Amino acid sequence: MFRFAITRLLQAVPVILVVISITFLLVHAAPGGPFSADKAVPPEVLKALEAQYNLDQPLWQQYMGYLGDVVRGDFGPSFKYPGRSVNELIASGLPATAELAFYAMLVALIIGASAGVFAAMRPNTMQDYLPMSAAMIGICMPSFLLGPLLVLIFGIHLEWVPVSGWGDAPGDKILPAITLGTGYAAYIARLSRGGMLEILSQDYIRTARAKGLSESLIITKHALRGGLIPVVAFLGPAFAGLVGGSFVVETIFQIPGLGRFYVQAAFNRDYTMILGTTIFFATLIIVFNLISDMIAIWLNPKLRQQGQGDN
Amino acid sequence: MDASIEKIDEAGSSLWQDAWVKLRKNRLAICGLVVLLLLGLVSLLTPWIAPYGYEEQNLILGASPPSAEHWLGTDIFGRDMLTRIMYGGRVSLTVGLIATAVALMIGVLWGATAGFVGGRVDAVMMRLVDILYALPFMIFIVLLMVVFGRNIFLLFFAIGAVEWLTMARIVRGQVMTLRKQEFVEAAYSLGLSQWTIIRRHIIPNTLGPVIVYTTLTIPSVMLLEAFLSFLGLGIQPPQSSWGLLISYGVETMEEFPWLLIFPGLTLSITLFALNFLGDGLRDALDPRTSKD
Repeated sequence: MFRFAITRLLQAVPVILVVISITFLLVHAAPGGPFSADKAVPPEVLKALEAQYNLDQPLWQQYMGYLGDVVRGDFGPSFKYPGRSVNELIASGLPATAELAFYAMLVALIIGASAGVFAAMRPNTMQDYLPMSAAMIGICMPSFLLGPLLVLIFGIHLEWVPVSGWGDAPGDKILPAITLGTGYAAYIARLSRGGMLEILSQDYIRTARAKGLSESLIITKHALRGGLIPVVAFLGPAFAGLVGGSFVVETIFQIPGLGRFYVQAAFNRDYTMILGTTIFFATLIIVFNLISDMIAIWLNPKLRQQGQGDN
Repeated sequence: MDASIEKIDEAGSSLWQDAWVKLRKNRLAICGLVVLLLLGLVSLLTPWIAPYGYEEQNLILGASPPSAEHWLGTDIFGRDMLTRIMYGGRVSLTVGLIATAVALMIGVLWGATAGFVGGRVDAVMMRLVDILYALPFMIFIVLLMVVFGRNIFLLFFAIGAVEWLTMARIVRGQVMTLRKQEFVEAAYSLGLSQWTIIRRHIIPNTLGPVIVYTTLTIPSVMLLEAFLSFLGLGIQPPQSSWGLLISYGVETMEEFPWLLIFPGLTLSITLFALNFLGDGLRDALDPRTSKD
């Protein structure tokens, strides 16, 4: 287990390096410099600007310089917001995004896992079909449609919750969390149903039944741990998806989070911001994948041995 | 010799017949298939059957709710929504199909090569897939669209380039198991050439999972396109797609909710149909894999 963690961590280093290199090259291959979109700038001003951001150096020198900065945790200054560093921008957007992702995950796990387990208890009956059909709707309803619809119904017509904002009025975090969480709730419902069905057909469950244990005890004490392994393994990739989904949800609900900053940076061609945020997100996602793998291995003794064997 | 070939053909067709019988029993999957066929037909015939011209405006009318003349209402420029959705669907479906084809091509070639060659080549190729899996793809697509400008061909490529990974894994796994099966060994010992074995045994047997996964890739590709268009990074006006129509609809949803609801409904129904058909195909063609 420990060795596995170390090897996976070591593997993550080249991956992050690849991410940095690809992003850096892509951004620098972009046609037009970061300042070309602005009004006509006198050549000497442009020169001074380029010197300030080291753009006059050869590419490899810029790359090495940037790499050195990133290793020290410094993403450099923002192109579009003079005087502010990318680090500051990330730090100011991160809390809202992290909170949103946390609530969304909570929504997804609670609704998804209970629906899945509930459905698996009586497979191929109404108790199975209803939650699973709902899950299908959740999967086919993209967040950029669900969000506005929820706003339309609960924000505008019923006026139960604020239409947008984050932390300004009570209840304004509910709709964003539901919007972002629903799709994942649906996936988690399907995964936990599948996992539970497989576990419930195992011999040790039959033994537990034969002992006369109550169904609820069987589910909670014996089946859940194994049945939810696929869900745990999904959490890492789900987190990656949450980050992407936060782009849309933060745009719809005007949440001052990292996702909205990223989309704005994309429109503004704020190259250092794009670079910094991409690297930051990638690292975060790799770490989360690692954590969810670890938990899955910890939960499943069979994998625990395998994990030591290969990798 | 002739007789033996005939027998193989018979066995091959019975697999597909078997799948068809199973699929036909799955009512949801058949519904999905019918909806998709209808959608395809409507998209093909749009220029002839659309009730109004694509750029036909009626500024005096403005945004109007559904009526006898405009079944799905009109937008703020008085353009017929049904017509807009039909033309948008052509773009959305085209992106879905072409980007999936790109993903399919890369994925199958990559996976089949890795699985067939095996050994160190396989290890390196699949490690690369693992690495790419760990990357935040949404971000990379946004990055690509920003760097290279928003054009539709790049969109095909960018989406295809991120959706091939699972396909590669599936094909590789399939090829790996097939290679070790007795009937393939038997074919080798009969002295059949490698190419014949690939053509007659490997390809037909990988086809099932590939078809299933392709059906399931199309909806996720269409979602990605809609997502990007919604953010303003995908399809650009004057072209239109469902994602773009939804994003316009969101802007005016307070006054004119039908501008959001109809394109949204169309996209959702299409995704539904594709997912149901994909699930049905999976049950019919690939009984070993479970629902997820």
